[in-house]
Amino acid sequence: MDLETLLSYEWGIMTPEFIILGVATALSLMDLFMPKSQSRKILGWVGFAGILAALVSLLGLIGHSPESILFDTFRLDSFAKAFKLLLLIGSAMVLLIAIGYEPNEGLEEFRGEFFYLFMAALLGTMIMSSSGDLITLFVGLELLSISSYILAGMRKRSLHSNESAMKYVINGSIATAITLFGMSYVYGLTGTTNLKEMSGFLTSIYNEQHIYLLGLAFFMIVVGLSFKLATAPFHMWAPDVYQGAPTPVTAFLSVVSKTAGFIIVIRILFSIFANAPSGDVQGLPMILALQDYIAFLAGATMIIGNLIALRQRNIKRLFAYSSIAQAGYLLVVIASMSLFMFDTLWFYLGAYLFMNLGAFAIIQHVTHKSGSEDISQFAGLYRRTPFLAIAMAIFLLSLAGIPGTAGFIGKLNIFMGALVPNEGHYVLVSIMIATTVVSYFYYFGVMVQMFFRPAADADTGKVKIPAALTAVIGISLAATILFGIAPNIAFDFLQSNFNQFTDFFQ
Amino acid sequence: MNLAYFLSILVFSPLLGILVLSFLPRTQESLIKTVGFLATLPALILALIAYFQYRAGAGLEQLNEKVSWIQFGDSGQLGNLFSIDYELGLDGFSLIMIVLTAVLSTLAAIASIHIKKEWKGYFMLFLLLEVGMLGVFAAENLILFFIFFEITLIPTFFLIGKWGYYEKENAAYSFLIYNGLGSAVLLIVIMVLFARTGTANIDALMAAMNADNPQLVAPISENMKMGMLIALLIAFGVKLPIFPLHSWMVRVHVQAPPSIVMLHAGVLLKIGAFGLIRFGMGIFPEQFQSLAVWLAVLGVVNLLYGAFLAFVQTDFKMVLAYSSISHMGIVLIGLGALNEAGIQGAIFQVVSHGLIAALLFFLVGVFYERFQTSNIQNLGGLAKGMPITAGFLLAGAMASLGLPGMSGFVSEFMAFLGLFKEMPILAAVGTIGIIMTAVYLLRAVLGITYGKAHRDFAGITDMKKFEFVPVLVLVGLIVLIGVYPSVLSEPLTSTLETIMLGIGG
Repeated sequence: MDLETLLSYEWGIMTPEFIILGVATALSLMDLFMPKSQSRKILGWVGFAGILAALVSLLGLIGHSPESILFDTFRLDSFAKAFKLLLLIGSAMVLLIAIGYEPNEGLEEFRGEFFYLFMAALLGTMIMSSSGDLITLFVGLELLSISSYILAGMRKRSLHSNESAMKYVINGSIATAITLFGMSYVYGLTGTTNLKEMSGFLTSIYNEQHIYLLGLAFFMIVVGLSFKLATAPFHMWAPDVYQGAPTPVTAFLSVVSKTAGFIIVIRILFSIFANAPSGDVQGLPMILALQDYIAFLAGATMIIGNLIALRQRNIKRLFAYSSIAQAGYLLVVIASMSLFMFDTLWFYLGAYLFMNLGAFAIIQHVTHKSGSEDISQFAGLYRRTPFLAIAMAIFLLSLAGIPGTAGFIGKLNIFMGALVPNEGHYVLVSIMIATTVVSYFYYFGVMVQMFFRPAADADTGKVKIPAALTAVIGISLAATILFGIAPNIAFDFLQSNFNQFTDFFQ
Repeated sequence: MNLAYFLSILVFSPLLGILVLSFLPRTQESLIKTVGFLATLPALILALIAYFQYRAGAGLEQLNEKVSWIQFGDSGQLGNLFSIDYELGLDGFSLIMIVLTAVLSTLAAIASIHIKKEWKGYFMLFLLLEVGMLGVFAAENLILFFIFFEITLIPTFFLIGKWGYYEKENAAYSFLIYNGLGSAVLLIVIMVLFARTGTANIDALMAAMNADNPQLVAPISENMKMGMLIALLIAFGVKLPIFPLHSWMVRVHVQAPPSIVMLHAGVLLKIGAFGLIRFGMGIFPEQFQSLAVWLAVLGVVNLLYGAFLAFVQTDFKMVLAYSSISHMGIVLIGLGALNEAGIQGAIFQVVSHGLIAALLFFLVGVFYERFQTSNIQNLGGLAKGMPITAGFLLAGAMASLGLPGMSGFVSEFMAFLGLFKEMPILAAVGTIGIIMTAVYLLRAVLGITYGKAHRDFAGITDMKKFEFVPVLVLVGLIVLIGVYPSVLSEPLTSTLETIMLGIGG
């Protein structure tokens, strides 16, 4: 490749990534040269500004026609644009939570690392959403994973944090290895790593053994990625990691990292397996033939996540299981494969982003002072700070899917998607609805603490909420209610700007 | 009069009260109670305006509202965009239910004067509950109906759990879980209908299900229709409640504050009946006919079961709770009869029981305020200490057991008239329930009024001024319906015609 070809690429479509990369570099340099005694909070604000800049540049690219550069390894299609939007908004809010994070154990000295590792993780997720090649996909995934491992272990002196980082690294690497193993089969079958070429190549395989191998690859990729999504039965690491990691990192893992997980699942499954034959008599493409397996995973995830959440007393573990359950709902979208699957996924992930991050901001604020994460910490919250209690109640109602909130519209959309196909997924929908009712128990349990129980210690005076947290809670609250009452704002935006994601398959 | 947003204003007017309340300091007890009461008035006035205009001959169609709301799916590839409109509308039946809701809300707001703590939170939730209840009856499409239906769930949970009696949290949870499951089942039916037909509008669905409509997105088999109707029966059966699904309701009636039970027994239970009539009968008329016998059987079971259990209770609230179950049996009997008299009886019973239950539970609140008990024995001898209250209690009991000249008589008479025509043996069995009703109510009420006095009534005031308002209004309405039933039957004529047309009668 000579310089001329290199310059002829339309680098403009990578602007958001370049901004994040630049900011990450700048942050690490600033951290290096700043005096030890100076507060690292400023780095957080620089990072926040960087994400905003990336967001603006991404909005500028929304009208851009689909383009792929660097030998089709980096694509900017509507799928990439729409999901990067979620990633950036989510990360900006997580960063605000991190800025408002004031732990007791003196995290101050590592705070600089936190911010640039965070930016690196974000960059990984963005590359994943834009990749057109297994290699870039994998690089993005690893960038995200490795940064997350370190982030999870950020509280160096906390035993829980150490444990969580350790568990996360081991489980994560196994998952990565399995995914990679699966990918290698596909590479072996097709001789290319490019997703588009692969898909073209796979349409024409008829050899039964090849199809068998491809099925094996599907199986391994799904298992590997299922670790990343924290879906049953590969969810075991999530509760420990969520509990041990610092709260902003937990928020990041449960929202941004999960979104990225779904991005990669969609990228891989629908690029590779959508056209590959399954070898059965009806001539179904592989993804449709194996739909039931995903449906099974979805059902198991919803049941396990929601049932085990009932027994949790630690609020972060509770949210870990809640997040597993939510991943189950999202898998229903993939399993049902309706024509508006991308819309549904996008809307639900967006709604989930706001309701979960809002809840995490409040969790951080409530658990911060006492150091305890038991749900009894929420007792009497309504008496102390009614605003927080009501905001938390609305986030919980949204997570539980009660009308008037974005969560309800999201669920409605998922049901629609699952029931519209000719043979509707009635079992899956029934499981989803039944487990949703189960989830009322634990979500309302937190509300019972906030509204019914008196506070344990009487002298809990007013605690000042950091401005950054107030901003996150305010934005999340506004969005949760707005998209619950007028969801058409989001759907119109989607329908008018992303052209139904038709360019995903081009 | 500009009617463009009439219904929306009616349904959402309590929100204004919530807004005002949120600016009030939480310690201003009397101010908060006054605002809470005043906030229920706009809906009441508007509901009455609509009612009297309709009686005067104005059409209800002019009140319909429709705004495009949510569009799912993609218009480009699919061709059929799943859209949900925000549409409100009324027919005679829902108009009556709205009037009932508005009247009972105002009266329950008066009864809320007995609330002892956290008035601000109480009234905010109370008004939100009113929005939900009004919306349920005004909704013209199933998804909107479901949304309002769920909105009633959340405030009720908190109102029971925070302001109720001793075992309030258990009651709140069992309310949440039973009703949550009920609405989950309902949601499945709604979503299947919506996904299959592409519309959630009730009238459009009725049309689509009636004829072999070729425009369906996907066909619905007969078995599936039957399944959906049974699911609806379960969903609304929890709410009503039908026999094996009733245990939560007894708990709620005993543990919730009386003002909330007034609404709960008066309106929330009726959503079950409303749903069965409007959706069960309206959308699945043929399947409903084949289930009619079972409904009548369930009705008789409910009637007898409730009556016998009410007979053995020692607590007056328990008597009333089981009496509610028993009286809901009459609604089922009327529906099971599936003729004009029966259905009319069922609807009459829905309204009449709403008024009577509200009256009786208001009186329970009055007792509880004074004696901190609702045990029949402990209350004994009331006629001496509180003659006026005792008199009203007797009147309420008479209405409940169906004394001619009161609303209970009209509804029971019509429901049984309907059933005797179709299934005379079953109806004969059912009449045992009517006798039992007289027995348990007289036992309980006579025990309270003329029973042996176990307490000293010195220093106990009889009814206070403000307590007269709800009681007089309710007794007045009960007698009005009893003496002059056409206040109900005339607005219902067109609704009944539509229903009868649907079931081919």
